Amino acid sequence: MQRSVASSLLLSVDALRPLLADINPGRKWPSLNKSEFSTVEALNSFEDITTYNNFYEFGSGKKDPHKNATEFDPQPWSIVVEGECDKKGTYDLEDFVNSSMLEERIYRLRCVEGWSMVIPWVGFSLAEMLKKFEPNSNAKYVEFTTLYDKSRMPGQKTRLLPWPYVEALRIDEAMNELPIMAVGLYGDVLPNQNGAPIRLVVPWKYGFKSIKSIVKIRFTEKQPETTWNQIAPKEYGFYSNVNPDVDHPRWSQKKERVIGRPFWEPKRDTRMFNGYADQVAHLYKGMDLKKYF
Amino acid sequence: MPFVILLLAAINDNLGTNPVETLTHETGQWALRFLLIGLAVTPLRRLLKIAWLIKLRRMLGLFAFFYASLHFITYLWLDQFFDWYEIIVDIPKRPFITIGFVSLVLLLPLVLTSTSAMQRRLGKKWLALHKLVYVIPILVLIHFVWSLKADYSEPLSYALVFVFLLLMRFIYDRKKALQR
Repeated sequence: MQRSVASSLLLSVDALRPLLADINPGRKWPSLNKSEFSTVEALNSFEDITTYNNFYEFGSGKKDPHKNATEFDPQPWSIVVEGECDKKGTYDLEDFVNSSMLEERIYRLRCVEGWSMVIPWVGFSLAEMLKKFEPNSNAKYVEFTTLYDKSRMPGQKTRLLPWPYVEALRIDEAMNELPIMAVGLYGDVLPNQNGAPIRLVVPWKYGFKSIKSIVKIRFTEKQPETTWNQIAPKEYGFYSNVNPDVDHPRWSQKKERVIGRPFWEPKRDTRMFNGYADQVAHLYKGMDLKKYF
Repeated sequence: MPFVILLLAAINDNLGTNPVETLTHETGQWALRFLLIGLAVTPLRRLLKIAWLIKLRRMLGLFAFFYASLHFITYLWLDQFFDWYEIIVDIPKRPFITIGFVSLVLLLPLVLTSTSAMQRRLGKKWLALHKLVYVIPILVLIHFVWSLKADYSEPLSYALVFVFLLLMRFIYDRKKALQR
């Protein structure tokens, strides 16, 4: 793996990064297991992570979710599990998530718009959770749905997107060791604008696939319709793997703006699968990634 | 001046989480705003019977070009880092950048003929050339829309203002035509 000058600088800054965990002694999870999948790249600040968000349920501007999600109450919360599995039902988040399953996963997140961040998530393996629902042999895909409630998510009052927000993964992608269900960041509970109380993080795909505020999980036989793919099928594919060789029809994906770096610094080259090729490239062996973008 | 505000913000690290995006968006917006304000001069002049407003119009047009240039420089410098190969490939390949570039290029002849001397020299041709100010906002709005993912409310607002300004001219021209 090639190390550019830029990434070497990122690694050296890592030693200096202030952890909110150290600044915030009242955080919910003071000591979490660290994951082998965490990156050592410099973290983005808590401020950047919680004030620059694409979460149209709370407005389409980057600052809107931070402004408009203050009233949102993510408790109590339950997830409905349906479809091709043996343990269907409604699961209360409180009964479901206990601290012993949580670990810290520091993942890169690359937005389709061309910017990226590094976020210290608190979460657990998606695969471990899905196994508990006992998907059967017909389960070829997993579909996730966000809450649809205009009274709690004011951005849903206009039909900017065809609510509710839906995303999905192929079953082998979902069972990969990387995807997590995140319930926090920086050692504390997930802020509302980041998808409270529980969201998906799939670090090798464009950020819009990391669906937030999940209320339903469904195992399906056929490939589900995902929201951005519905809106603009030529621009947002089902797979949406981070890929510098496949441009968005209207802009290039070769480079990305690394949030947190000084603005006079050049953009960084985007890496195949957002730098997670070692863990996920095998899922796409033989697949034409220009066709299945 | 918006430029001063942006400069101060840049110095004080007040450009937000994605400073280049902020700079690009703000310079682009001000270019469009000055274009539209320039287009409002004649209708206002006729409505309020304030003749001297016409002197403002040249300045407004030049400001529009100034901010459009800053917008383009932001792209060349902070987005592409003067990677000329990439830029030359990018401009024709990405429709939204092509149309933005075309809008800027079309402003050039207007800027170069903006002096009173030029106006005198060109006479009727000057009027014909400067009709480009009706075309350029359309290109700019398409450029704006093509840069967005889903929420078109911003360019839509500007488009409504543009249509309203065109409508005012149309109504005036119709009135004048009927009076003859």
